[in-house]
Amino acid sequence: MLEVVDLHARVEGKEVLKGVNLSLREGDIVVLTGPNGSGKSTLARAIAGDERVEITKGDVLLDGESILGLTPEERFKKGVFLTFQAPPEFEGIPVGSFLLRISGKGEREALEELKELVEKLGLPKNVLFRELHRGLSGGEKKRLELLQALFLKPRFVILDEIDSGVDIESIEKIVELVKELARDGSGILYITHNPRSLELLGRYRVLRMEEGRIIG
Amino acid sequence: MITKGSISRSFVEGLSREKGEPEWMRRLRLQALELFERLSDPLWLKGIDEIDLDELVLYEKVDARATSWDELPPEIRRFYEELNLPEQEKKFLAGLATSYDSEMVYYNAKKFLEEKGVVVLPMEEAVKRYPDLVRRYFGKVFPPAEHRYSALHYALWSGGVFVYVPPGVKVTFPVEAFFLVANEMVAQFEHTLIVVGENAFLHFIEGCSSPQFRKFAFHDGVVEAYVHRGGHLKFTTVQNWSRDLINFNNKRAIVEEGGRVEWVEGSFGSRASYVYPSFILRDGASVDVRAFTIAHGGEWKEGGVKLFHVGKDTRSHVVSKSVSSSDGVSVFRGLLRVNKGATGSRSSMSCDSLLLDEESKAFTYPHNQVEEPTARVSYEATTSFLREDQLFYLRSRGLDEDSAKALIVSGFLSDVISYLPPEYASVFRRVLELDFRGSVG
Ligand SMILES: Nc1ncnc2c1ncn2[C@@H]1O[C@H](COP(=O)(O)OP(=O)(O)OP(=O)(O)O)[C@@H](O)[C@H]1O
Ligand SMILES: [Mg+2]
Repeated sequence: MLEVVDLHARVEGKEVLKGVNLSLREGDIVVLTGPNGSGKSTLARAIAGDERVEITKGDVLLDGESILGLTPEERFKKGVFLTFQAPPEFEGIPVGSFLLRISGKGEREALEELKELVEKLGLPKNVLFRELHRGLSGGEKKRLELLQALFLKPRFVILDEIDSGVDIESIEKIVELVKELARDGSGILYITHNPRSLELLGRYRVLRMEEGRIIG
Repeated sequence: MITKGSISRSFVEGLSREKGEPEWMRRLRLQALELFERLSDPLWLKGIDEIDLDELVLYEKVDARATSWDELPPEIRRFYEELNLPEQEKKFLAGLATSYDSEMVYYNAKKFLEEKGVVVLPMEEAVKRYPDLVRRYFGKVFPPAEHRYSALHYALWSGGVFVYVPPGVKVTFPVEAFFLVANEMVAQFEHTLIVVGENAFLHFIEGCSSPQFRKFAFHDGVVEAYVHRGGHLKFTTVQNWSRDLINFNNKRAIVEEGGRVEWVEGSFGSRASYVYPSFILRDGASVDVRAFTIAHGGEWKEGGVKLFHVGKDTRSHVVSKSVSSSDGVSVFRGLLRVNKGATGSRSSMSCDSLLLDEESKAFTYPHNQVEEPTARVSYEATTSFLREDQLFYLRSRGLDEDSAKALIVSGFLSDVISYLPPEYASVFRRVLELDFRGSVG
């Protein structure tokens, strides 16, 4: 169980989160929406441990224990995974070797799995040999972020606008894969503005954020 | 004989006598000494005033000269074993010579080299066994008068290797020289001379290393390479000095008609480092340089390339990359000279710097002297910064901060690293990881 309790946080001295409460169970999907600048990504970064988000009050609990004292890499190792709304680009880091490294999986079986995921997500065939996010289109970047979540199957996944910049025809496919990931046991926080996603995920809990607070 | 103390005529003569040198070499040393005394410190130097040359061991006789590893005293051998050299030699080298402070302690060349007339010898031996051949080139490519510390080098040189590849001979496996500064307060002045005959080929690898010292050490080596008409030299150097070594590197190649040089240069460590390989290109000659430097934790790294396009239709291509972190400073000086009459010559140079934090710096000083109107030259420089979101991204994927930085650096350098032999590329990655894992002094 991942819980956010009365979380207050500042970014660059500005109060962005003003008492956020949220809980997420493994295997569950929670949808989070709300206007631009309301604090969704800030919440996501706070959970993942971005040091630029300064927590002033409240807590983030994993199985009842605070993870605020943990570094981002420690949170990752405990199964908290964030896909980026705008992933940065990296020169000279091949996608394939990067994924092998962060997964710690053996080369042979991992490569099979990766090839399958590349196909499923409609990424370019050579993507594993290309540089991490560098030179990928906006939609491809999102797909590569999702690929990592599907490959790693973390306990908790925060998908920060995984569906923005993705062509309409693919939204259904992406939502389907996300549901599958949840069925496999991951708890998912699905941050979105996309009406089609909201429709497809209508039967799950949908939360709305406004000015740093969740209002139902 | 361990010799410390003031640099004097009698010292130089003693050294020459100790080595049993011919008269011409003794005279060359003494002339160089006079130059050293006359010249003042080059203006581009920084940090050298900390060195008190009189405090250094200028020559250390090592009583070991082996052609098999077993013959080496274990306390010397272990340094090379730690560096995995015996293993590498077995796997992929045609010849290997290693130094220990002032002298070459080990050398061995595979049988087929000798059969083809290839010479791989410690420099001192070569002076004795091939006096005419050595004399034709020694000090002619990189002259003693270049600056004060090249003059000092010629007065005190000791160690280094001589490689000669006869015309038409292609040496398919690399020949390596490895220079180890094992003791602090030692000055190393090794001299390497490489001659590639007409249409011949050689891949020469130079490795350098030193353990951590309490005080410091000084390295002032020279590499001279002469590539004859149509010859092809691949030169790979990976310098992995500890942080307390001051490194002077004087390297030059003359490339005759239609000759070709591929040069890969990488440098880690050293408190201050001055590395500017230079190339003189005759008609139709070409040079391709890939260089990287890492200035980490207060290090001062000067690197760069000097290109002299003397002949027609010459080509040069330089890719230089530097990384500065934790107060490190890297300086790139590029000199490009195209003589009048060097028609149809082309040169392109690019110089990319990566800064990992705000305390670190990178400077680039390109300098062009193009006197030939038909020449086409280009120069490009970029500076990029490690961004916080990159760091956070990698950390949110499980890498700790040091590993994340090391990964970003190795990515940035990857196109240069890919030119290293695979064995070196993996050593490089290991050193990089270690370099960023604490240990910053
Ligand atoms: N590095 C920063 N410096 C200054 N302000 C910031 C920074 N990061 C976020 N903010 C501010 O914090 C607020 C919340 O931003 P956040 O990115 O969390 O919004 P969001 O809900 O994800 O919006 P969007 O739907 O556009 O992605 C905004 O007002 C934003 O300008
Ligand atoms: Mg956002």
